[in-house]
Amino acid sequence: MQPRADLLIRKARVIDPASGRDEVADLLVEDGRLLRIGASLDAPGAELVDAEGLWLLPGLVDSCVRLPEPGNHRTGSLHSETRAAAAGGITHLCATPDTDPVIDSTAVVRLIRERAMKAGFARIMPMAALTQGLQGQQLAELATLRDAGCIAVSNAGHRVQDALILKRSLEYAATFDLPVVFRPQDAALSSGGCAHEGPVATRLGLPGIPSVAETVDLARALLLVEATGVRAHFHQLSCAASVALLRHAKAQGLNVTADVSIHHLLLDESAIEGFNSFCHISPPLRSRADRDALMQGVIDGTVDAISSQHIPLGGSAKLAPFPSTRPGISGLDTLLSLVLELVQRDQLPLRRALDAITAAPARCLGVSAGRLEEGRLASLCLIDPNATRLPAEDWLSAGRNSPWLDTELPGTVRLTVCEGKVTWLSD
Amino acid sequence: MTAEPSTDPLQLTGDGQLRNFLSIEGLPRSVLEQILDNAASFVDVGDRAIKKVPLLRGKTVVNLFFEASTRTRTTFELAAKRLSADVLNIDIARSATSKGESLMDMLRNLEAMASDMFVVRHADSGAPHYIARHATPEVAIINAGDGRHAHPTQAMLDMYTIRHYKGGFAGLKVAIIGDILHSRVARSQIHALNILGAEEVRVIGPRTLLPADIEHLGVSVYHDLSQGLRDVDVVIALRLQKERMDSALLPSESEFFRLYGLNNERLRQAHPDAIIMHPGPINRGVEIASEVADGERSVILHQVTFGIAVRMAVMSMCMSGRETEQRSRGGDHATAR
Repeated sequence: MQPRADLLIRKARVIDPASGRDEVADLLVEDGRLLRIGASLDAPGAELVDAEGLWLLPGLVDSCVRLPEPGNHRTGSLHSETRAAAAGGITHLCATPDTDPVIDSTAVVRLIRERAMKAGFARIMPMAALTQGLQGQQLAELATLRDAGCIAVSNAGHRVQDALILKRSLEYAATFDLPVVFRPQDAALSSGGCAHEGPVATRLGLPGIPSVAETVDLARALLLVEATGVRAHFHQLSCAASVALLRHAKAQGLNVTADVSIHHLLLDESAIEGFNSFCHISPPLRSRADRDALMQGVIDGTVDAISSQHIPLGGSAKLAPFPSTRPGISGLDTLLSLVLELVQRDQLPLRRALDAITAAPARCLGVSAGRLEEGRLASLCLIDPNATRLPAEDWLSAGRNSPWLDTELPGTVRLTVCEGKVTWLSD
Repeated sequence: MTAEPSTDPLQLTGDGQLRNFLSIEGLPRSVLEQILDNAASFVDVGDRAIKKVPLLRGKTVVNLFFEASTRTRTTFELAAKRLSADVLNIDIARSATSKGESLMDMLRNLEAMASDMFVVRHADSGAPHYIARHATPEVAIINAGDGRHAHPTQAMLDMYTIRHYKGGFAGLKVAIIGDILHSRVARSQIHALNILGAEEVRVIGPRTLLPADIEHLGVSVYHDLSQGLRDVDVVIALRLQKERMDSALLPSESEFFRLYGLNNERLRQAHPDAIIMHPGPINRGVEIASEVADGERSVILHQVTFGIAVRMAVMSMCMSGRETEQRSRGGDHATAR
């Protein structure tokens, strides 16, 4: 295990979206704590890092990651995936409860925490299953799971069909002020589909998933959130109509937040042309207009956070005809670079972009992370925004299922510090 | 939507010859016309005492059917044999590939048997594209129907039939009726008709059987059969699968027939010389009345005859396209196997 760091980072552009700080400064970490940010700091014992021309950001917070462990026949390990996270500047991962077994017992929570601790590359913040086994029948022991370290509750991609059970689950979660995380998708309306129901899927003859599969479930969830007063966060919005529903809900004063995957901001349905199964994801990539609406939602804050929607898959998962491939993109390795790509293309203002991968997801999930706070254990990353990389060459996730492997992308990570310890260092 | 690519490296060689036949989309009009012209020269091979030409002598054609279809497989087999090829039929229930042997492993094994051509039928849209991308470049891939995506040889035999009876495509109005949603045949027909210059392609059916944004493929949409049939020169009825009633796409066969079934009365809307086509096998009294299927405007049985000639044309063109390609690549590659 790494010792706590003593670092003096010199002349970095320090950008902390939470406080609005954006200035060239020095940053001192002593015994793992972020001691000071200021001009011309001095610390004789600390290791000097010359950061001229580099950006110093809070450690990234990824609000939606599927863990490979525990699980059978899954690709990668907590070690491999958290290492990929650290190399990507990510310090905090919010993990969905659809592990195998699911996160519905303290034993599973403990196992994840212990393995993550042993690997030592990132802080994993597990979500508890809302219902036992994600079956949508019986409540999981939410308060116990919270005490074991779960930060939120969710039924992941397994929709709770019974509205009464869902209502009671939300009321119970609200009792303990636990945020409930939804992944809106109606099972029947999406059944059998593998691509956005639209012109591309029609031409390719791929069974479609209409946008209404998402909005019908989102609308139900929003009404129940309103009725129960629970704090809610929505994962993986994919269409313009969802952004509109959320904007309306926020205007009504509902306590709701949302994220979108970086892939839905960069790609649309045309990415699956030629049956490109690397772009087979769930929810599917939708129309150009949907993509533009999601981007607008991020710009105006309707959509709070941007996630990697990380799903590492083995080599054989994508080796099949498109409909038989498994959906998902391994996203930890490229989250930061792809967000910087959006900034470089002038599609997203820098401060909002960085907020969406640091302070905003932490805010959504009610955790203390994603900001540079003096006096606390340091979680930060130092990046070279002007360097470029070819992801295939420095890839670390065990899942190589990514459409970006051979695309030159901006931004390399020089140093990552997670809760006071150096988790990534490159020269 | 996105413009169609002018060249399709997966399907065409550098000098524009056919190397795989995966879908109509992306092929230039000249290639489609060449298929029709070559098919014409093969039609009378079937009438000879010795029904064989030696174009594929010494070649091995593997019929790789992941989805059962005796009819289509038989026409491909006959076509290959008339071209003097050796034919291997492999019927694979889809579960076989999940029993440990992946699709890729199976392809490697077949390639090792020095196969020259795979004729692929698969329930997944895009399966032939996938195989074409991953198979060794020496093997030609012909799509014999993939999911809802494409059935290009069926579409070409339909084009052959239309040209045979109508002389060409200019000025033609064509109506396709019924279950467009699940139909790979309809998708391929729509592409072919538009590339070959038909004046108008119409699709007719209830909204449950028409896929989203179908008009992007270059068709006009009708929900009323009589309106849709008005003045058309070619009427294509599609087969309606019985399971469509199970998923609330339709209430009953009889209501479908009442609204969209072809009968003589309705056909009065069409042009007096209109021909009636159907990819088969037909459901009498569901999508088509017997009086129409067996009537004098029906060309359904001729379609079957032309099917063998069109498949012979496609197979021989893919094989010769590859041979020129390999010759031009130089001796090293040509003798690699």
